[in-house]
Amino acid sequence: MTVIIDYGVGNLFSLKSSFAHIGEEAVVSNDIKTIKKADRLVLPGVGAFGDAAALLRMHGMDEVLREEAKSGKAILGICLGMQMLFTKSYEYGEHNGLDLIKGSVVPMQPLLPKELKVPHIGWNELNIRKENALFKYINEKDRVYFVHSFFATDCDEAVISSTEYGITLTAAVAKDNVMGTQFHPEKSGNVGLNILRGFCEIN
Amino acid sequence: MIAKRIIPCLDVRDGRVVKGVNFEGITDVSSPVELGRFYSDVGADELVFYDITASAQGRAIFTDILKEVAKTIFIPLTVGGGINTLDDFERVLSCGADKVSVNSGAIRNPSLVEAAAKRYGDQCVVISVDVKRVDGVFRVFAKGGRENTGLEAVEWIKRCVDSGAGEVVLNSIDTDGVKKGFDLEMLDAVCNAVDVPVIASGGAGCIDDFVALFKTLPKVDAGLAASVFHFGEVSIKELKKTLHDNGIEVRL
Repeated sequence: MTVIIDYGVGNLFSLKSSFAHIGEEAVVSNDIKTIKKADRLVLPGVGAFGDAAALLRMHGMDEVLREEAKSGKAILGICLGMQMLFTKSYEYGEHNGLDLIKGSVVPMQPLLPKELKVPHIGWNELNIRKENALFKYINEKDRVYFVHSFFATDCDEAVISSTEYGITLTAAVAKDNVMGTQFHPEKSGNVGLNILRGFCEIN
Repeated sequence: MIAKRIIPCLDVRDGRVVKGVNFEGITDVSSPVELGRFYSDVGADELVFYDITASAQGRAIFTDILKEVAKTIFIPLTVGGGINTLDDFERVLSCGADKVSVNSGAIRNPSLVEAAAKRYGDQCVVISVDVKRVDGVFRVFAKGGRENTGLEAVEWIKRCVDSGAGEVVLNSIDTDGVKKGFDLEMLDAVCNAVDVPVIASGGAGCIDDFVALFKTLPKVDAGLAASVFHFGEVSIKELKKTLHDNGIEVRL
């Protein structure tokens, strides 16, 4: 069973449906017992980093996630959920993340060529940099759906996939059992479903 | 680099697709779920569902249908039609929509765009604009293109983007239904004025119209159409292959 962590951020309808579609039972919850029982955890997220991180703490989910990560449980952060795995974010100020992966989240605008628009929104190609269970059923250059204005940096060792948008952007990261995708697998068609399938096979 | 998007638009009334499509392999030609899946399978990059229901009952059916679509189709879904308040945003977002398109609702209440962008993020708010030339000036029309609001289109769009609209759908009434190509002049004017994605709508009649769109105006991010896809005049698979052969980046 997969638990999608509920901390009052965003709309989890598609995410839950996408797990159901690949035959995986997924429960949206912030109940500690349920989380501890889960085979794997998903940390979703949309909106602003500061607000989301505060909500995560308010629900006590930060401590739970750290413990579960330490216990070796597979954790997948998606979009802002991935960004929160990092040490720090510089989205409108400076905010602490979960620090499960070393690195920081910064705005892409100052680094992009002028003609490129922010947010980076749409279907872009994955360049796979390291083999990972998430990529078991997909191919190099498969396209996935991104929507974001900030990206993870100073995390070279953890980068398992990147994408090109005037500059090289971190697309997916992994450090042992803790993983994250900047893109939305639940909105990336079959490629996205296959990434979730790979995640569900991690024991 | 990011791919140009191809977006079919489905008009839904009382839970059924108006002007149902007749493709091989589809048994229920006016089921939004079946049609949505068909388009997703042939490579549509996003779907727009436009609610043209007038009654509250029809609206409730629409959200039920939207849920069904979102349960089985895993590409971005945009919903438009009858969006006038934040409650309307909430209603469709909680049923699986990713973006919400506002048109007349923003004209009636310009603060709606800002309020929605604050609550749901810029990426969630799409401003859809019906534009027609009147005495050589681009004017915004409301009520499905029937009423001249007197607003100058580029100014209006800029104002909406400044308030937080994350994407613009520009529908040219002048080229809509004519099937002789997109309104490149109008699109160019809007692309030069805003720095958010611009989606071209109105005028597509054949594959070459899409090639001309992206070749002439590389700043345009997506092409949206309804009837040419629904009547099979343009096959999305063939369209994407032709775009690719012409050096335009698409998701194949």
